[in-house]
Amino acid sequence: MDLYEYQGKELFKRFGIPVSEGRLATTPDEAHLAAAELGGQVVVKAQVLTGGRGKAGGIKLAEGPDDARAKAKEILGLDIRGHVVRKLWIERASDIAKEYYLSLTLDRGAKQPLFMFTTEGGVEIEEVAEKHPDALVRLHVDPFEGYQPWQARRLVYGAGVEDPNEQKQIVSIVGKLYEAFVATDAMLTEINPLVVTPEGEVKALDSKFTVDDAALYRHPDVAEMRDLDAVPPEERAAREKGVTYVKLDGEVGILGNGAGLVMSTLDVIALAGGRPANFCDLGGGGDAEGVVDALEVITADPQVKSIFFNVFGGITRCDEVARGILAALDRMTIEHPIVVRLDGTNAEEGRKILDEASPPNLYVEPTMLDAARRAVELAA
Amino acid sequence: MAIVVDRDTRLVVQGLTGSEGRFHGLRNRNYGTNVVAGVTPGKGGQDVEGIPVHDTVVEAVEHAGANTSLIFVPARFAADAVYEAVDAGIGTVIVITEHIPAHEMLRVYTYVRPKGITLIGPNCPGVLSPGKANVGIIPAEVFAEGAIGLVSRSGTLTYQIGYELAQLGLGNSTIVGIGGDPVPGSSFVDVLEKFEADPQTELVVMVGEIGGNEEEKAAEFIRDRMTKPVLAYIAGFTAPPGKTMGHAGAIISGSSGTAQAKKEALEACGVPVGTTPTEVAQLVADAVGARA
Repeated sequence: MDLYEYQGKELFKRFGIPVSEGRLATTPDEAHLAAAELGGQVVVKAQVLTGGRGKAGGIKLAEGPDDARAKAKEILGLDIRGHVVRKLWIERASDIAKEYYLSLTLDRGAKQPLFMFTTEGGVEIEEVAEKHPDALVRLHVDPFEGYQPWQARRLVYGAGVEDPNEQKQIVSIVGKLYEAFVATDAMLTEINPLVVTPEGEVKALDSKFTVDDAALYRHPDVAEMRDLDAVPPEERAAREKGVTYVKLDGEVGILGNGAGLVMSTLDVIALAGGRPANFCDLGGGGDAEGVVDALEVITADPQVKSIFFNVFGGITRCDEVARGILAALDRMTIEHPIVVRLDGTNAEEGRKILDEASPPNLYVEPTMLDAARRAVELAA
Repeated sequence: MAIVVDRDTRLVVQGLTGSEGRFHGLRNRNYGTNVVAGVTPGKGGQDVEGIPVHDTVVEAVEHAGANTSLIFVPARFAADAVYEAVDAGIGTVIVITEHIPAHEMLRVYTYVRPKGITLIGPNCPGVLSPGKANVGIIPAEVFAEGAIGLVSRSGTLTYQIGYELAQLGLGNSTIVGIGGDPVPGSSFVDVLEKFEADPQTELVVMVGEIGGNEEEKAAEFIRDRMTKPVLAYIAGFTAPPGKTMGHAGAIISGSSGTAQAKKEALEACGVPVGTTPTEVAQLVADAVGARA
């Protein structure tokens, strides 16, 4: 689960990482009020779960409350890479002398947390890694040893931070970031930029924070931060029904059993010249209840023109799945053409059951590619 | 031969008395797997259709000689279950449980790794050596016995490929589901190494998907260290960045972990990548035919 900048900063603050004071606003008037409370210059920042806000005009400096209201008007409703801005973070403006970068991520390859630190912050870290790999200090942490202060010293000296006052503050922030990372089950925490003010104060000017979905059960406070309004309505409905669903941008609705098989189904639709409308995994079963829930979610998307139901029968046999599909179609009205491919255990029996019942909008195909072609045809 | 599980497997099922554990534990026994015990704290002394249940894994090892564990316990107790199995002297641990927090798996992995234990999963379908043993939830009836090793991050996709191979008259030495989590106990490289050393295995099919860089590491391993041919399939070419596609580990982060990058890395190391499961099965049949 990805957090907004302001939510990440709230967690930073909780763990003692310095951030600027700010307020959340969802209207120009709230932005005005926030700026008045904060006093002086403020920064009006779009809160969206994507990068590139600055370039897209989502971050603006305001001279005072009236200006903050005007800037909020400009930014609210902006579409940044498909994310519509509905929330603003109004923050006291900071003077910046230097921009550093600090992150701690779960490195899947090494299976250890990984610190990255550089004094060349404020730009995309991939760019630094590519152009000045020597400027980027990387350090893995043994999960049992945990954080030790020498690690922070290694980062600070390795990156060439010379000011003792800065060194001291960064060492403290590194330790607190590790604490926050472990305590919240984070997959990624990134401070870019980590700024040094002309007065020598070091603080986090931005935050990127991703928490492990599997661990949310033990962080109810973080789980509550999920912004359901930012989720496409189909995905919200799917979540409520317990259906694993991701909205995509095509015309062929996809339903299958098993994440890998469904991903493969999307690819086969693309190979057949179509565009998948969604990812939807039924899981191991194929009972009528699950099929109804999934079909309801898929057909709620107005872009969907046809549906490809791709099933491999393993322990759940294809004849059971076929009966599940028929029972589901009995319980709901679907206008869309549905192409079914059944393979695996008892596939022949399953196809026979569907052929005999032969609902008018149901097409049964023997192979994945044939079925994909048919579904693409029917969506045209 | 075969790898990970075989006729010498003496299986203890942790969570045997739960509905999943019972269903699959009994299926595994019916297949011919030597299921010697179950473990459920507080239910020691009971039995599940003749399989004795113990309170702890230590007892299952002492009384029933268990050497392999299959874990079905709920996510929040699963890490504890792995530590318990390893500390009891179990050499092979297969974890079916989904949704174990990644931070817990980091610690489990770091603890288990230096001990030389084989840890498969979590969030995986298990391991099947056709004709010898089935440990987990893989539908054995769709696979035949043979010389092709299969290693995969996905369940049903593997069944699909195994089924298509069987239709072409080809069978498997062992099918290993390494699971769809971000921190798996065994990676492609770990399993490829075992297949390379297994006399029964003549060729390996590797089924990857988006997320992480284990396929890229496997590509280099295959080029540098393997004599047996390897073929691959990658799922998720159409997956958008930043979205978790069903499996917790199936996510493109920024620009890393794409299917295209994995395909290119594999092909650059001489590993053919099929575009559909059917094409992969056909490539395997061609390769086997060419070798025969």
